[in-house]
Amino acid sequence: MYRYDEFDHTLVSERVSQFKGQVARRLSGDLTEEQFRPLRLMNGLYLQLHAYMLRVAIPYGTLSSTQMRMLAHIADKYDRGYGHFTTRQNIQYNWPSLDQTPNILDELASVEMHAIQTSGNCIRNVTSDQYAGVAADEIEDPRVYCEIIRQWSTLHPEFSFLPRKFKIAVTGASTDRAATRVHDIGLQMVRGSEGEVGFKVIVGGGLGRTPIIGPTIREFLPKKHLLSYLEAVLRVYNQLGRRDNIYKARIKILVQSAGAEEFAAQVEEEWAHIRDGYLQLPQSEINRIRSYFAPPDYEILPAIDAEHALKMSEVPEFASWVERNAVAHRQPGYAIVNISLKPIGGIPGDATVAQMEIVADLAARYGLDEIRVTHEQNLVLPNVKQAELFAVWQKLAQSDLATPNLGLVSDIIACPGLDYCNLANARSIPVAQNISERFRDLERQHDIGDLKIKISGCINACGHHHVGNIGILGVDKKGVEFYQITLGGRADDGAALGDIIGPAFSYEDVVDAVETIIETYLAHRESDELFNDTYARIGPQPFKEKLYAAH
Amino acid sequence: MPLIKNDQLVDDPWYVLDDEGAASVSDDADIVVSYERWTKDRESLVSRNGRLGVKLSSDQPPSLIEDDLKHLDLVAVEFPRFTDGRGFSYARLLRERYGFTGEVRAVGHWFRDQMVFLQRCGIDAFEADEDRALVEWSEAQREISVVYQPAADDRSWVSRMRSSASRTARYQAAE
Repeated sequence: MYRYDEFDHTLVSERVSQFKGQVARRLSGDLTEEQFRPLRLMNGLYLQLHAYMLRVAIPYGTLSSTQMRMLAHIADKYDRGYGHFTTRQNIQYNWPSLDQTPNILDELASVEMHAIQTSGNCIRNVTSDQYAGVAADEIEDPRVYCEIIRQWSTLHPEFSFLPRKFKIAVTGASTDRAATRVHDIGLQMVRGSEGEVGFKVIVGGGLGRTPIIGPTIREFLPKKHLLSYLEAVLRVYNQLGRRDNIYKARIKILVQSAGAEEFAAQVEEEWAHIRDGYLQLPQSEINRIRSYFAPPDYEILPAIDAEHALKMSEVPEFASWVERNAVAHRQPGYAIVNISLKPIGGIPGDATVAQMEIVADLAARYGLDEIRVTHEQNLVLPNVKQAELFAVWQKLAQSDLATPNLGLVSDIIACPGLDYCNLANARSIPVAQNISERFRDLERQHDIGDLKIKISGCINACGHHHVGNIGILGVDKKGVEFYQITLGGRADDGAALGDIIGPAFSYEDVVDAVETIIETYLAHRESDELFNDTYARIGPQPFKEKLYAAH
Repeated sequence: MPLIKNDQLVDDPWYVLDDEGAASVSDDADIVVSYERWTKDRESLVSRNGRLGVKLSSDQPPSLIEDDLKHLDLVAVEFPRFTDGRGFSYARLLRERYGFTGEVRAVGHWFRDQMVFLQRCGIDAFEADEDRALVEWSEAQREISVVYQPAADDRSWVSRMRSSASRTARYQAAE
């Protein structure tokens, strides 16, 4: 894992002091709320429906056990005993008091964490593949470049007042688990014509009210030019992105209106001026940062552990958890463990103090001290010995963390919705909970198989509903919550946006509608066909007929 | 309006001429005109004795005056709202792309906590309307001592300092 050096420590602690001063100016009345707003937003502090909300950055979703313990401690001391892991691999605290926030940031700084640029119209926390560094299908660990980008973008003097927020995701694997096609910039590590590694650059994807699958504007970017190219993209956007309409201010609108080719040409023109300048990445700096992400000292183990195999045959519950939630590791004898934060009827992404502490303990004892946060709002222990999976499973099960539902119907992404958020039009969390309850029978879930349900409480699409196989969007109709359903979306390779299936459903009817859709899928499914494949084959009509038959 | 320049509060020596206003100012006065006026009255403006500045509004990128910079001693970059960050790019382009060495002044709306960013982008003069501004400026400058990226200022950024630190360490080790 990356460790701060003196420069990183100095910056974060000075930033905390700066924010302390800003809060003091606000509390003394020196700053009005209006003046304070841009300052608190630069540091992840939102004013929500009921209280302030603090969003803490978890750069590229990687945590140590010490950091996870600190997140638990903060939830315990400053909040109401839980935290919420988000689709951007961050954690949010919903109930901190303003005067305590500098203390929270002090505590975070002590474990090399911060809330810098987790909101505001700036370059946000850089996200990545939750299996980075351990995935079998990886060209190179993308976190090296995430960290390089994190540093370059931190307090960037030119790009802190962009037209709108700016999100960058990096993946090093051939399977896209970082949703790079729906980011402002998506970087995919690829091999060039001579085998050298660089980036494919995708610009102008995004969700929100104008969902767009981002186009590729450069097929291959050599690593040493990473920052100069990003700076060129941002500089074009900063100058030409729309500032007259918040809904048209994201870079995707600029790329669409200029056309991807023309936009790429503008970037190339800007880049030509700066590509050989100061931003060229020295190999020494790449190597320095890469050394922090060197693989841990794995033991040489047999590919199949005999004791583990025995437990698998003896304990069906364990076996079903391993099959669903554990993923093949690059290193023989090890496994990647997904920890579901989606217990049946639970709030997607929420973790209690006790749960965070258990995960920290397990990472320290069995997981080479590493934890990941996924954009699907789950946690990962990326380095667990196969022989220790049983012990890990037992501990997780005691804390309601072993639901074997990864990728299943109850593994739902949901935004905070109207329960917390002042932008929301409708509740998301209870809809997720109700769907989860409806399909609480795990055997039924396994029979349905892989299926991604994503729920947003408003058109800003924090719950990624456009790219759900079944997407649910909460809308407000004359003060009543309704839910519009889209089918056929996906966020991974072959990213696609779902189609609206028809008129929206009431809060009372939406779970029935989801069930009807799933039953229709099962009725038409051929062999192991996935939901999207069936949908592509039979089209929307059979679903419409079932959904709207009674109307 | 007083100015913060070179860490001092100074009287603004420049006279801002509006677009219609006849040049009732003396021929020796230093004047700032809009880009529109500059393009219209270019000939007569260049032939004056006083120094000349052009103010760019936020939708006027400095490429418009790239070839004119040799006639100018000041470019004012306008921030119509503090959220409009185009001027940050304009300032860097003036300094780094076009090598402009005259004054680059921030005018309009920005707040104390943006000043260091403005300075890093090449702004070297701020219109200030309060006595407190100088105190705030000196506080703001002291807040963050580390920068992670090169910009239009002369501060050394972290990755460069790291590599020179490691070079020094290697040199010392070799000794």
